[in-house]
Amino acid sequence: MLVYTLKRLGLALLVTLAVSMLSFALLYLSGDPAAAIAGETANAEDIEAVRIYYGFDRPWVVQYGEWMFNAIRGDFGTSYYFKLPVSQLVAERLSVTMLLGVCGISFALLTAVPLGVAAAVRPNSIIDRIALFLSVMGQAMPSFWFGLVLIVLFSIKLRILPPSGSDNWQNFVMPTIVLGYYAMPAIMRLTRAGMLDVLGADYVRTARAKGAGEFRVMFKHALRNAIIPVVSLAAVQMGFMLGGSIVVESIFALHGAGYLAWESIGRNDLPTVQALILVFSMFYIVFTFLSDLLNAWLDPRMRVG
Amino acid sequence: MTNTTETINTVAPKVEAEVLSGPTPRQVLLTKVLGHKGLMFGAIVLLTIFLMALFAPLLAPYDPYHQDLMHRMIPPVWDAKGSWENILGTDHLGRDYLSRLLYGARISLAIGAIAALISGIIGTSMGVAAGYFGGRVDACVTFLINVRLAMPVVLVALAVVALFGGSLQVVITVLGLLLWDRFAVVMRSATLQLRSMEYVTAAKAIGCSTKRILFSEIMPNIANSLIVIVTLEMAHAILLEAALSFLGLGVQPPTPSWGLMVSEGKQMLLFQPWMIAIPGVALFILVLAINLLGDGLRDVSAPENRN
Repeated sequence: MLVYTLKRLGLALLVTLAVSMLSFALLYLSGDPAAAIAGETANAEDIEAVRIYYGFDRPWVVQYGEWMFNAIRGDFGTSYYFKLPVSQLVAERLSVTMLLGVCGISFALLTAVPLGVAAAVRPNSIIDRIALFLSVMGQAMPSFWFGLVLIVLFSIKLRILPPSGSDNWQNFVMPTIVLGYYAMPAIMRLTRAGMLDVLGADYVRTARAKGAGEFRVMFKHALRNAIIPVVSLAAVQMGFMLGGSIVVESIFALHGAGYLAWESIGRNDLPTVQALILVFSMFYIVFTFLSDLLNAWLDPRMRVG
Repeated sequence: MTNTTETINTVAPKVEAEVLSGPTPRQVLLTKVLGHKGLMFGAIVLLTIFLMALFAPLLAPYDPYHQDLMHRMIPPVWDAKGSWENILGTDHLGRDYLSRLLYGARISLAIGAIAALISGIIGTSMGVAAGYFGGRVDACVTFLINVRLAMPVVLVALAVVALFGGSLQVVITVLGLLLWDRFAVVMRSATLQLRSMEYVTAAKAIGCSTKRILFSEIMPNIANSLIVIVTLEMAHAILLEAALSFLGLGVQPPTPSWGLMVSEGKQMLLFQPWMIAIPGVALFILVLAINLLGDGLRDVSAPENRN
């Protein structure tokens, strides 16, 4: 287990390094940041001065090395727009995004797992059809459009929820539904397939044969085994969701890290964008790392691979 | 006289073949395809949308770019204030909504198809190489897949489009370069399973070149799952383009993209909700059709359903 953990940790670090290089190179290639900072009225001398001041005249390897070295210590430079440390900005906004992510994945799990179990217990029943219908809808509906439909329904017609802002819990209701619904279909399908598999297994038949109640068979014997892949899928989905929260946050003007990313891209605020790409990638990397460890702990066969 | 003999000659062997071997695999597959409701529904809807996009210049009642400020925000025909002149109404610049919708189908389909093609080529070659050669190649590809999955797609796509400008070509290229992960993952595991098959070993034993094995032994056998992934990624690319355009960093105005239409309609959310409803429903139907087609193809081509 220790060897596996160390191996997996090494891989996670390598992936982080590669992502950081890619995101740095991407934005480095994007043209002349000095001209962008100096503004449209600047002449060639001004731009040159800005270039030297920010250190853009040095080779990119040196710039990357410096950026990475500082990033490890939590210093992502200064935002071009806010003139504040990027780390401070990101940290402030990240709490909103993380709260949204936790609410979203909880919503997805709380709807998808019961539905998946119910669908598996009675395949081809009404409830199975409803579950399938919901998951097909969820996969085809653009999340930004679903968000707007909710706004029309709950904010304009019924007037029970605020359309935008991030001040109290009511602001999080619709974003949670939109983000959660995005992750729901995959979790539901996996739960259903897993349960169908497990319900046909010998140990479920044994449990029934020794007279265990149906409820006990479902939850103690079947779901416990079917849920293992669901947990790791949920971890991966959580990573995707945080990255995808940029769309949801911009619809509902929820001032989280995704909204900050959208604003910063529009403002050419490179240090902030770079830091956010790295931070969102880190989330995904950490979540998949944890889910792999969990899987290896639950299933010793995984440790060999 | 000659006619009758010909008919007899052509009919007779057919009957004999049927008696001997029953329906051919192709016929079995066709029956299954025609019997699968989701697949047929998806295929018919997708074909309809494709034809609408193809013949948009003939079908569209007006020029989708023509602005008429005297006729702004006319509601669709089913509204009390609507008229048959603009069946789906007009937008905030007085452009005919139906014409924009028809031309928008071209954008969505083109982006879906080309992005899926680019990512399919990248992902399939990586996945097949990883699965077939194994070892270091596999380790490399798996690492690249991990890196790609770790990068937040929407954020990276937005940043790149912001840097290079929001033309159709840039959006298609960015999506094509970002969406290859599922191709690589699925093709890798599919190839991995085939690699140890007897017919591959046999091909190796008789001295076939690697190229020949890959193209004549491996590729035909992974084509089924490849088609399924193509449909999934098409849908994915269409949704992503719409999201990018909605956020203002995808296809730029005045191009009639469905995502852009939703974004423009958002400003009229309070009074003209149909302005977001129409392009949104269009997107939903298109993606639904592609997904149903993909799911159906997977059901029909699954090995356990083959016999």
